[in-house]
Amino acid sequence: MTLTDLANPTRFLALAARLLPWLAGLTAVLFSIGLAQSALAPDDYQQGATVKIMFIHVPNAWLSMFVWAVMSAASLGTLVWRHPLADVAAKSAAPIGAAFTFLALVTGALWGRPMWGTYWEWDARLTSVLILFLMYLGLIALWRAVEDPARAARAAAVLTLVGALNLPIIKFSVDWWNTLHQPASVMRIGGPTLDRAFLIPLLVMAVAFTLLFLTLHLAAMRNEILRRRLRSLQMMQARAFASDVGPATRGAPTQLGAV
Amino acid sequence: MSLGPYASFIMTSYLMAAAVVLALIAWIVIDYRNQTRRLREMERSGVVRRSGRSATDIA
Repeated sequence: MTLTDLANPTRFLALAARLLPWLAGLTAVLFSIGLAQSALAPDDYQQGATVKIMFIHVPNAWLSMFVWAVMSAASLGTLVWRHPLADVAAKSAAPIGAAFTFLALVTGALWGRPMWGTYWEWDARLTSVLILFLMYLGLIALWRAVEDPARAARAAAVLTLVGALNLPIIKFSVDWWNTLHQPASVMRIGGPTLDRAFLIPLLVMAVAFTLLFLTLHLAAMRNEILRRRLRSLQMMQARAFASDVGPATRGAPTQLGAV
Repeated sequence: MSLGPYASFIMTSYLMAAAVVLALIAWIVIDYRNQTRRLREMERSGVVRRSGRSATDIA
């Protein structure tokens, strides 16, 4: 099956219906393994048991950027290839990305208080992730503000691509500026600096959260396609009603749109 | 398993993550039910797609 095949929403819905149970099951299994490994992971020699916060903070931080990257690719699909499902993908991913970014910020604050002595510091990493969160909220607001999905899609795609400039700033902020946040310890040249006792649960949790995103994203895309079908039917109904109402009565108060 | 002096921070982090993930799942499931219910109501009122296929037919 190619991307062109998936341009047909009905085919996409059929594929989503087949994939969703498997993805949900696999996600649940991986979370079970990851959470068990996280619980059994040893304490860090410096951080003690607070290192366990890493197993949820880091996957959410990765996903906050990954989801925006997915939305950026979808935005290219909207602007360049005009793929019918591209803006559906971008719109559906935004609330999920916002939730992951919120979790990255909150769990980071809860990790920072015992380790740094503060919940928040206006350093480059924390501030750039907060900006990412605000951009997610802005995009969601934009989608809600413009009623016509096609017009909203183009504006949101441009905003998403501009916002993608923030991704390398987030990633390299710990290298470019002197930050309270530690530098990269997993995705770095020279390999991870984490011990396997922490690295393996972290990677399992990262895969589990990524599968969770894929599952929720597919389900949210399905909802968005159904929402657009409903909108089309409502418009058909309104047009049919308007053509039934003669010119003499046009302009009189009607209940069009109050479906 | 002892979580040490910062157990409340660790527990709050995990509970917060669980709450947000469950809220996301609930939102998506409720939204799906709402959309399919409204589509069925629309079809029952006689408004159907041009193709004639059910709007909730996803198989």
